[in-house]
Amino acid sequence: MTQGTSTRRGDRSRPRVGPLAAHPSPAPDLDVDALIDDPATRIIVCTGSGGVGKTTTSAALALRAAERGRSVVVLTIDPARRLAQSMGIEELDNTPRPVAGVEGPGGLDAMMLDMKRTFDEVVESQATPEKARQILENPFYIALSSSFAGTQEYMAMEKLGQIDAAARRDGTYDLIVVDTPPSRSALDFLDAPERLSSFLDGRFIRLMLAPARGPARLVTAGLGLVTGALIKILGAQVLTDLQTFVAALDTVFGGFRQRAQRTYALLQAEGTAFVVVAAPEPDALREAAYFVERLRGDRMPLAGLVVNRASPAAYDDLDADEAMAAAQRLRTRGDHELGAGLLRLHADRVRLVQREAGLRARFAAAHPDVPTTTVPALAGDVHDLDGLRRIGDLLGSAPATG
Amino acid sequence: MRRTDWSEVQLHVVTGKGGTGKSTVAASLALALAAEGRQVLLCEVEGRQGIARMFDVDPLPYAERRIATGLAGPGAGSTQGRPGTVHALHIDPEAALLEYLALYYKLGRAGRALDRFGVIEFATTIAPGVRDVLLTGKVYEAVQRNSRNKGAVQYDAVVLDAPPTGRITQFLNVSDELAGLAKVGPIRAQSDTMMTLFRSPRTAVHLVTVLEEMPVQETADGIAQLREAGLPVGAVVVNQVRPQDVAPDDLADALAGRLDRSRLGADLESAGIEVTDALLDGLVAEARDHAERRALEDAQRRLVADFDVPVVELPRLAGGVDLGGLYDLAATLDEQGLR
Ligand SMILES: Nc1ncnc2c1ncn2[C@@H]1O[C@H](COP(=O)(O)OP(=O)(O)OP(=O)(O)O)[C@@H](O)[C@H]1O
Ligand SMILES: Nc1ncnc2c1ncn2[C@@H]1O[C@H](COP(=O)(O)OP(=O)(O)OP(=O)(O)O)[C@@H](O)[C@H]1O
Ligand SMILES: [Mg+2]
Ligand SMILES: [Mg+2]
Repeated sequence: MTQGTSTRRGDRSRPRVGPLAAHPSPAPDLDVDALIDDPATRIIVCTGSGGVGKTTTSAALALRAAERGRSVVVLTIDPARRLAQSMGIEELDNTPRPVAGVEGPGGLDAMMLDMKRTFDEVVESQATPEKARQILENPFYIALSSSFAGTQEYMAMEKLGQIDAAARRDGTYDLIVVDTPPSRSALDFLDAPERLSSFLDGRFIRLMLAPARGPARLVTAGLGLVTGALIKILGAQVLTDLQTFVAALDTVFGGFRQRAQRTYALLQAEGTAFVVVAAPEPDALREAAYFVERLRGDRMPLAGLVVNRASPAAYDDLDADEAMAAAQRLRTRGDHELGAGLLRLHADRVRLVQREAGLRARFAAAHPDVPTTTVPALAGDVHDLDGLRRIGDLLGSAPATG
Repeated sequence: MRRTDWSEVQLHVVTGKGGTGKSTVAASLALALAAEGRQVLLCEVEGRQGIARMFDVDPLPYAERRIATGLAGPGAGSTQGRPGTVHALHIDPEAALLEYLALYYKLGRAGRALDRFGVIEFATTIAPGVRDVLLTGKVYEAVQRNSRNKGAVQYDAVVLDAPPTGRITQFLNVSDELAGLAKVGPIRAQSDTMMTLFRSPRTAVHLVTVLEEMPVQETADGIAQLREAGLPVGAVVVNQVRPQDVAPDDLADALAGRLDRSRLGADLESAGIEVTDALLDGLVAEARDHAERRALEDAQRRLVADFDVPVVELPRLAGGVDLGGLYDLAATLDEQGLR
């Protein structure tokens, strides 16, 4: 490891030499310490499909970076309760708070995103108090701000934009680590802002706005038909709510698209690095592959792939079939429970490890230039700073492929 | 573990924390239910084509497709052993809304106008609850289907690969969800009828979990929410369970680092394996890792046992889940009475 030295980004994909070269792998090693130590790295975004360890990885990276001297803020999304408690962020006040117990020269602040509140604040900053209140109470706004697929992603970006602006202005942080929302697909994070703004620019919304803006004749027979149908299905109140909502959109979210584009540009900027997290599972690695291709297409900087929660290596001089056959022999004979049980465990573990290695190799063959590191599964959950430190150590010094 | 008779259940809803195995369990359950010539419909609502992937078929359209033969019972060849059929349906909210409008409101022209003006897209993305009502509405239709609906398959059971635990109560609680939106009108009345089915013993909401802290906690929360909403909790399906064939004493010894190496050596030798120190070290280290995890799993298993809900367990398949694996899991569900 190139501990403490800053490495230019291009150097990170240097293949590892030394003892680990005995397990050759087509993928170069992801040098996490070089990434977090490089002062040019200003934003790290951890993405990946649901449940793979994005929140854990972002918190572990942030803590490690802080303990190695950076001034770090980590924006987490829906962390597990105990992890949030141990970082002192279970209070949702939507601003970063210092994390107690961080050792070493740097500093770490953390926050947990409050999606609805972030959205409400955008509204409040754009409208008069009277108008803001109207919007905040509208059922369509409530649905948009609390359950529209993509709002959480959009608000994570909005918050990142705010923190970044403040950090540049006040010099508070030199590294921002961003977690991304639990979604099906890592791509959601990149697509959501566009989806939201194109939704707000959608045909129907423009249509509902037309009468308010233009001459009355724009209220076509077609629209009459539409509103008639809506009233029939939903009742008249709904239509009134809808009109209030749409009118509000027009005034409040005029700058929505520009805002989204600005944040998107931030993700393309020099100094941003994406870390894609995946579990050693076909679905998660497929998502990771889509994401890697997408980043390339959008010219967004990819630092590399973290394969998290890998099965720890097994004793490798007894293969699975042999162990399984031996276990069966013992079972039929009875009275050799311990040996039979451990042989069966060994067979399972070898199969798991082989399957995961196969999946990783497949990914590496398709994406030979993506630096990769593997983090083994710890026995228990990661729910305190010590756990995060262990993950950080494994990230910083794990062999490229286990 | 309490065994229950599930034979009256027509709608099996499978939920659970993301990634615990909802889709896998829903598919296995559909196979297990499709025994003895029964017709079973497996529905997905999250637009992910997970069913197509699991059964290795082309992406599914918004139409019912026959995708697999059910689990063969014992005594294959007899009527009892004759397997049934699993059909699959990928429910897409926009198509469901158009179908719904045509069916219940006779909105021919207006329905098309709605689509043209982007209302369908708007309604299915944002209008609170509308999306869920459409998805559950289609499921409801499949369950309630009767012989008057000519040409359509009548199902003995419907299995829904449902949204995760965090959203399931809201998802099924359609009339509450619509309350803020549609205070009047036929959609309101329809959602009330749907609730009658969802709250009845003809429905069972199964929760999939793995033996880890967060999923188990989420399962506990989910059960409480379902009960509060009057929705029938089915079984807890504990998925991806590690092997349990090492005796408790040996596990304790493994954990404490005092496993009896000479006994292990003797066992291995009698299995015809050449015993080396490296092999013993390797197996002892693996046993210790396993014991550590088992201790955590057992603690979670005790919590699950306290839920006062029938529990079934499915093993973690070391080689991953392929189509054959789905049938293996189906057989395991069947053995434990969940069918
Ligand atoms: N290497 C690891 N070893 C053991 N447990 C881990 C490891 N990485 C993550 N976990 C645990 O896995 C669970 C899921 O991790 P985490 O919450 O970070 O995932 P996520 O990708 O953020 O999930 P979501 O998509 O739901 O936001 C947590 O309980 C965490 O403690
Ligand atoms: N019993 C099992 N043994 C081994 N692997 C399993 C088992 N059950 C599920 N899996 C694997 O775990 C992964 C997640 O399973 P699945 O897709 O069924 O979960 P899900 O809850 O539907 O996920 P999502 O929340 O993303 O919809 C898949 O790769 C699946 O093959
Ligand atoms: Mg997370
Ligand atoms: Mg699924």
